[in-house]
Amino acid sequence: MHGLSFDIAHLLAGGLVLTSFMLLYQDRLYALLNVFALQAFVLFLSVAWQAYAQGAPHLYVTAAIALVLKAIVIPGALHRIVARLGIHREVETIGGIGLTMLAGIGLVALSMVVILRATPAAAPLAREDLALSLSVVLLGLLMMVTRRNAVSQVVGFMSMENGLILAGTGAQGMPLVVEISIAFSVLIAFIVIGIFLFQIRERFDTVDSRVLDTFRGERS
Amino acid sequence: MPSAVGALSATATVITLWCVVGFLAMAFMAVAACVLCRLRDPLPIVSSPDVSSLANGAQPQHNGTPFIYGLCAFVSLLILAAALASLLSGAGGGEVVLPLGLPFVGAHFRIDSLAAFFLIVVNLGGFGASLYGIGYGRHEHEPARVLPFFPAFLAGMNLVVMAHDAFTFLFAWELMSLASWALVMAHHRQPGNARAGFVYLVMAVLGTLMLFLTFGLLAGTVGDYSFSAIRAHPVSTPLAGAVLGLALLGTGSKAGLVPLHVWLPLAHPAAPSHVSALMSGVMTKVAIYAFIRLVFDLLGPPDWWWGMPVMALGAATAVLGILYAMEETDLKGILAYSTIENIGVIFVGLGLALAFKANALPVAAALALTAGLFHIFNHALFKSVLFFGAGAVLTATGLRRLDLLGGLIHRLPVTAPLFLAACLAISALPPLNGFASEWLIFQSILLSPQLPQWGMKLLVPTVGALLALAAALAAACFVRVFGIVFLGRPRSAVASEAREVDRWSLGAMTGGVGLCLLAGILPGVFIDGMAPAVAALIGARMPPQTSLQWLSIVPVAESRSSYNGLLVFLFSALSAGLAAWAIRRFGSHVTRRAPVWDCGFPDPSPVTQYSAASFAQPIRRVFGGLVFGARERVEMPAPGDLAAAKISVTRHDFIWEGIYEPVTRMVLLAASVFDRTQALTIRHYLGFVFLALIGLLMVPALWS
Repeated sequence: MHGLSFDIAHLLAGGLVLTSFMLLYQDRLYALLNVFALQAFVLFLSVAWQAYAQGAPHLYVTAAIALVLKAIVIPGALHRIVARLGIHREVETIGGIGLTMLAGIGLVALSMVVILRATPAAAPLAREDLALSLSVVLLGLLMMVTRRNAVSQVVGFMSMENGLILAGTGAQGMPLVVEISIAFSVLIAFIVIGIFLFQIRERFDTVDSRVLDTFRGERS
Repeated sequence: MPSAVGALSATATVITLWCVVGFLAMAFMAVAACVLCRLRDPLPIVSSPDVSSLANGAQPQHNGTPFIYGLCAFVSLLILAAALASLLSGAGGGEVVLPLGLPFVGAHFRIDSLAAFFLIVVNLGGFGASLYGIGYGRHEHEPARVLPFFPAFLAGMNLVVMAHDAFTFLFAWELMSLASWALVMAHHRQPGNARAGFVYLVMAVLGTLMLFLTFGLLAGTVGDYSFSAIRAHPVSTPLAGAVLGLALLGTGSKAGLVPLHVWLPLAHPAAPSHVSALMSGVMTKVAIYAFIRLVFDLLGPPDWWWGMPVMALGAATAVLGILYAMEETDLKGILAYSTIENIGVIFVGLGLALAFKANALPVAAALALTAGLFHIFNHALFKSVLFFGAGAVLTATGLRRLDLLGGLIHRLPVTAPLFLAACLAISALPPLNGFASEWLIFQSILLSPQLPQWGMKLLVPTVGALLALAAALAAACFVRVFGIVFLGRPRSAVASEAREVDRWSLGAMTGGVGLCLLAGILPGVFIDGMAPAVAALIGARMPPQTSLQWLSIVPVAESRSSYNGLLVFLFSALSAGLAAWAIRRFGSHVTRRAPVWDCGFPDPSPVTQYSAASFAQPIRRVFGGLVFGARERVEMPAPGDLAAAKISVTRHDFIWEGIYEPVTRMVLLAASVFDRTQALTIRHYLGFVFLALIGLLMVPALWS
């Protein structure tokens, strides 16, 4: 792979990590959903570029799935859910945004150290891709851990899936089945969590998952 | 003809494997037969069959029982013959690989000389127990709880000895553990048996875990778990020490090394008596086989210090085991504790062999190992007979407590002399076999000045002194057992109405005693028979004994020591016969009537006899304060008060209180701590996953 296409792939993957940090930084639900749509769009660009650079046409399918589902359908649906349920529009964080961002920087450093050290023999593009996608996965998990609101936990979960898709497309020769299955798992997770949100909302008039604990009799 | 010899040995392996298949088939057959029986005439469910109903009263008929036990005896005999042929022909052992177990790895089986020797021990015990079971099993109320597991137990023990890769070994080891656990739980409604089964299960799991770690370290990063591969890649020195420790823990927990012995005196008496005989006489030996296989064979050349922990543990086991036996008042419990003592004696022999082997003294090492193996064989014999005897007492009276027995020599005229002979053998009195093997162990202890290390020079005589103490206490212990159970007057009504047991039981005991006598009179034959196994492990063997004059044995040199069991036997038989004849011939023939000696109490009540506790009192006064923290309290009534004086003894089991109770408390504490993690929020669990992931990623980031 020549220098320019490598640089572009690198740029797009780095953009994915950047959008992950943007996700961590948001404290409004609508803004969060918009940033998530942006991340999905960056993922679409990245996958499409991989498809072009690797000459692997099946990756265009993955890119299309990312664009349609993740950048349009799911953020739109979540927008509607938030609007219809009248959910509190602020994202409640644990530990403060600044601290979370610092932890995120540590996670990116960690995944760089681990992956770059573990794969000295792999192609340079695959190495960078793997390292960046592990960062995205870890940042998504960090978001799930540090957010109380169920909607933002769903977003964290799906940004994890974005990282996985980036890893799957970065490695050359990964069959299409994997990407399709990932896309479907995301869809199913979205459906399940959507229903789950409705259920919580109907029962408790809020989507704060702390209410669940109160209901179980663990906190007063 | 190496090829023909190899073929013969592989034949033995194949025959034995078919026999094991036979055992397993019998287990299934027994299950099927029991199900059919239950379908045909459903037995009334006995709510609590207490021990006394085992006595002569009810004798349920079970036609399948003699059949199964008879088949077991036959198959054991077959394996015995195959193993004997394999050992005597001295074949190196062909390996048989079956496409079972792990795919592409298979199950490896091989009978080398060591395995052949242990197969003989296992199947001799199995044959005796099966024969005994033909008679004893008739009194079993719920044969469906015993019959299926008995052949499975035999199959497991045979497989452990034959296994030649770690997976097969561990599988067979677990089969043996689980089958014996089921047999321990056969009478699960009797008080205490459920606890015995639980403790046994926990200790068995612990032992298997240790063996898993042992094999993991042995196989290392090579990843080939067959014994030949392990042998080809010996582990490095610091790891070898860890393997030795793990092997001691893993096999010691099954063999009954102090302080891992706690399950043994609970579980062995709980099983039916012929199974107790198998567990005490044979299963502990299979554990010792595992130790020998691991440490002498697979672990490579020993370091000089390896013998020290083995010997020290062995000596402590011997002394503590027999002291516990002195305090015990349950007949089968005493036998179980005495098993612990003998295991200690055997481990001392093995530890000496390790020390000599490490210091390049192969002849002395061969002597010590031969002594250990010979004692393994002997203990399997006489401990089986003793448990058979205890089973006979149980059948005849339904009692196991010494304080309720007595005077059985009149009621059980055949069992009593057989039991006495086994008591003599285990007390190491010539001309029986116990003396021959313990004498060999002491001979190897006397060779210890040849060891160069000062630690050994100091340790070995101490160990020798402890062994001598244990041997003397064992004699005292079995005087107590025989005296309380068979002599004196009956202490309960049941004991005074006991009836002699059936011929199968007596036949099994007679055979065992006959072999004890044979091994005691002709130890040279047995020592030479074991020589191939010893030579394979040490690289040297004891000088051949059968060619010596007068069938005596000379372990080192004629000028140092020699022993002739035949002469001792002939001398003692002749002198005893002459004395008896002289007393009959020259003594007074006038019948005199006189009161029996009454201990100074003219009261005819049997309570005035020495009891089991009073017989043990002198020894308890000497050692009890130190070993058991025993305290005696005497309550004398005030003068003029007619109340009875009372003596009460409190004892502590320091091992249980010092090791097991704190561990139990820690487990419960940890359980209550971790219980809190069972009801956290989803976010907390996600946090755990996150932290675990970060922790795992930190490992490759910080390492390398």
